[in-house]
Amino acid sequence: MKTQSSDVIVIGGGIMGACTTLFLRQRGISVTLLERDRIGQKASGSSFGNLRRQGRPISQLPLANRSSALWAQLSESLGAEIEVELSGHVRVGYSDRPELVEDFTHYASQAAETGLNLEVFTGKELHERFPFFGPEVLVGSYSPNDGHSNPRVVASACARAASANGAHVHENMAVTSANKVGEDFVVVTDAGLGFTAPSLVIAAGAWSNSLAEAFGEKIGIVSRGPTMLVTEPAPYFIHPCLGVVTPVEEESIYLRQIARGNVIVGGSTRSPASTSTGRAIVDPKNTLSQLRQLRRLVPALAQLNVIRVWSGVEGYTPDGMPVIGRSEREAGLYYACGFSGGGHQLGPGVGEVIAELIDTGETDTPIEDFGIRRFNASTG
Amino acid sequence: MNGARFTRLAEQDRQTVTFFVNGQAIEALEGDTLLVAILAAKDHVRQSEFGDGNRAGFCLMGSCQDCWVTSESGERIKACSTRIVAEMRIVTETVNLK
Amino acid sequence: MNAPKVVVVGSGPAGTRCAETLALAGLRPIVIDENSNNGGQIYRRQPENFVRTYSQLYGSESDKAAAVHSDFDSIRDKIDYRSDTLAWAVSENTLFAAERGRSVEIPFDALVLCTGASERVMPTLGWNYAGNYSLGGAQIALKSQGCAIGSNIVFMGTGPLLYLVASQYIKAGANVAAVLDTSTVWDSLAALPKLLAMPSMLWTGLGLIKTIRAARVPIVHGVQPLEITGSGDAGVNAVTYRDKRGHAHTLECDAVALGYHLRSETQLADLAGCAFSFDRRSRQWIADIDDKSRGAANVYMAGDGARIRGADAAEVSGRLTALTLLLDLGYAVDEKEIKRLRSLHARYERFANGVTRAFPWPIEHVRNLPNDAIVCRCEAVSVGELRDASRGKQADEINRAKAFSRVGMGRCQGRFCGIAAAEIIADATQTPLAEVGRIRSQAPVRPLPIAVEQ
Repeated sequence: MKTQSSDVIVIGGGIMGACTTLFLRQRGISVTLLERDRIGQKASGSSFGNLRRQGRPISQLPLANRSSALWAQLSESLGAEIEVELSGHVRVGYSDRPELVEDFTHYASQAAETGLNLEVFTGKELHERFPFFGPEVLVGSYSPNDGHSNPRVVASACARAASANGAHVHENMAVTSANKVGEDFVVVTDAGLGFTAPSLVIAAGAWSNSLAEAFGEKIGIVSRGPTMLVTEPAPYFIHPCLGVVTPVEEESIYLRQIARGNVIVGGSTRSPASTSTGRAIVDPKNTLSQLRQLRRLVPALAQLNVIRVWSGVEGYTPDGMPVIGRSEREAGLYYACGFSGGGHQLGPGVGEVIAELIDTGETDTPIEDFGIRRFNASTG
Repeated sequence: MNGARFTRLAEQDRQTVTFFVNGQAIEALEGDTLLVAILAAKDHVRQSEFGDGNRAGFCLMGSCQDCWVTSESGERIKACSTRIVAEMRIVTETVNLK
Repeated sequence: MNAPKVVVVGSGPAGTRCAETLALAGLRPIVIDENSNNGGQIYRRQPENFVRTYSQLYGSESDKAAAVHSDFDSIRDKIDYRSDTLAWAVSENTLFAAERGRSVEIPFDALVLCTGASERVMPTLGWNYAGNYSLGGAQIALKSQGCAIGSNIVFMGTGPLLYLVASQYIKAGANVAAVLDTSTVWDSLAALPKLLAMPSMLWTGLGLIKTIRAARVPIVHGVQPLEITGSGDAGVNAVTYRDKRGHAHTLECDAVALGYHLRSETQLADLAGCAFSFDRRSRQWIADIDDKSRGAANVYMAGDGARIRGADAAEVSGRLTALTLLLDLGYAVDEKEIKRLRSLHARYERFANGVTRAFPWPIEHVRNLPNDAIVCRCEAVSVGELRDASRGKQADEINRAKAFSRVGMGRCQGRFCGIAAAEIIADATQTPLAEVGRIRSQAPVRPLPIAVEQ
């Protein structure tokens, strides 16, 4: 079997793998990216495109802030239009959960310590500031420098830039085995090609379980599909991204309007998804319940039509937190997976942190909370 | 030009129905679709959202989605598949959501 | 045992004959119709207060139209007919519909899709201007509304509808500037042996040409459409084409009727889990249908929505599909009748293959479209943008090109641009057309109001 060697092999061409490859090349490290389908075609290409920091656990904010700084100049550094719109983000709570006013205020003070500044608005002030909200909206936390981008183009733009800078990017190539032989990882693909490298990054989203298991680590990622829709275009009137904070899954919608006019809506009840077919089907019932929630959040949208729905295969970890960083069991092995539907904003930050870890052996960005250790401990 | 786009060739002996386009009263004939009612007096029904000009429908059978118009109250109406009703109030310009 | 619940979508010639056959066997099918009354597109009824006769409306096809209408009327109390109802999704043996603005869920044991066809259109520079209509649209304006799409009309494209609609316009007194056909006389001759499978239909076709010629309207074969000129404000004002000797000509007009034969409406079939294969003859993706007319376990397909065979074949196909469905459901069925219908359908199929041969999709013209032509009218995506997205960003598959360029992402979901877009991608990336694939259907089949009552 022919083998090709490089310094690093990255498995998975979603936004995590593509960004990791991009930043490894910026450090002059040779890298091979293996994608079973096309770059950015699965969860990364079907996601919402949120560049939301607020609402993440405080422990994620240093990483999210680092990512935010990268997003601000990513389009320019890639030389590609990825439609980054830093037009703000509003998290809202409905009036049946008045405790959210205090929660949002408390969160804002903690977030400020990490460098993320938020403003909390309630009642009349909120509705004057954001007149499109429905009457049930009680409180809003505004993050002026968050926003959104076009998820259909980001990962492929990163991979193209990496490729132009010397990365070996292989699409339509599924990994059939990954082992460590001596000092090197040996990765074999369905096309019969072998790749070797002293470092390996598993960034395969919902497909990461079996790769981790090959190295004696168990994450327990479950596949689910987000319920997404897009409306016909309407004059641009909702500038920030919006998201509802609630423990009720059906209520948990988020939306953004793009300058072209379409409104993209996600969240609410998710559907099952399959890694074997690579598809997630939207249950029409979930679309209908999403529409009810949409009318509640922004009543004016009831004038529009839905023109398309879609979903994709996302990987959710048992605790909803991602797996980022070194393997506990195998030297040279790294993880960037299990983002549980919240990875888009973190992509560039994760890519840079993994590249930094591989290059220098350390990073200033705290990522201890996302170690695979927490799952290894529970499975023994 | 803002004259009629469609030419009536038959079935002209019908009751008239008055409706409004951009505030202007227009006479249509009973049994007209909204698309025909507008285009028998005007040369377009809406504007492309993406800057390539006016649109006047395309397939007339509910498939191409080119003839969605807006009522003064903000309702979206597929003009080719909707029968004209007296006092309908339609706008052909792009308007903000209400 | 409860009677099986059968849902028929569509009530054109196929849906009508299917529902009739099921109803006569004692089933009470639910018939979903997007229109207000049966007939489909081909036999679309005019409003109740219109007075033209069947022969004025449907010409040589008037007896068939009258039968499709009256036979449907006679079974109205034996079926559950839901007019003005949009079937927008299928999931887990349930059809999701919007019935006059209200959402309904209709569980089924068997689903019969008689969803018909829409126009296959080749984009032309300027086809986005107001005043361009599909040939079918031009026909609906006349038949169901008594209107012409303009006062001076160019008919351009290819296929039987080009001649049918032009002749109907002439008979109705419209001013037709010309009939411009991209296919050649040689194409017609090459198709002749197959067309002879249905001599009467061939004869009808020749009659249309005679009508057009008698009105001294020029018919030009082998044209290459160059541009539909006009402006975003005022719409169409002329058509420029190149004749087969390479000379450019300009015809003034205020409307253009465009169409290049038909394509099946298959979105519901796709959502219901039917598989599709690339058909090299028509260069389209068609549903895989077994010998029982099934596209998936309990999903049956009939008429032009399954295969483009025309209205007469659709009636046969609707009956045949109902009979095979009844057989599957354990009903006693006259197997001789099934055999008879199958052999009749085979003749229509041979004729339809002749039509496909006589009016070929003008591949070279599609592939040579100028960069500034709009390919996707909904999203105003140009041919050049699509070429850049597919070539520069290596999108040799249409769903990927859609993700990058927004082609086919608009309100119509690629119905009117998908076929041309695939050719452009195939050409730009030097990929076989079959490998470019087809746009995956997504609900809703048509735009669904957010305000839909639940």
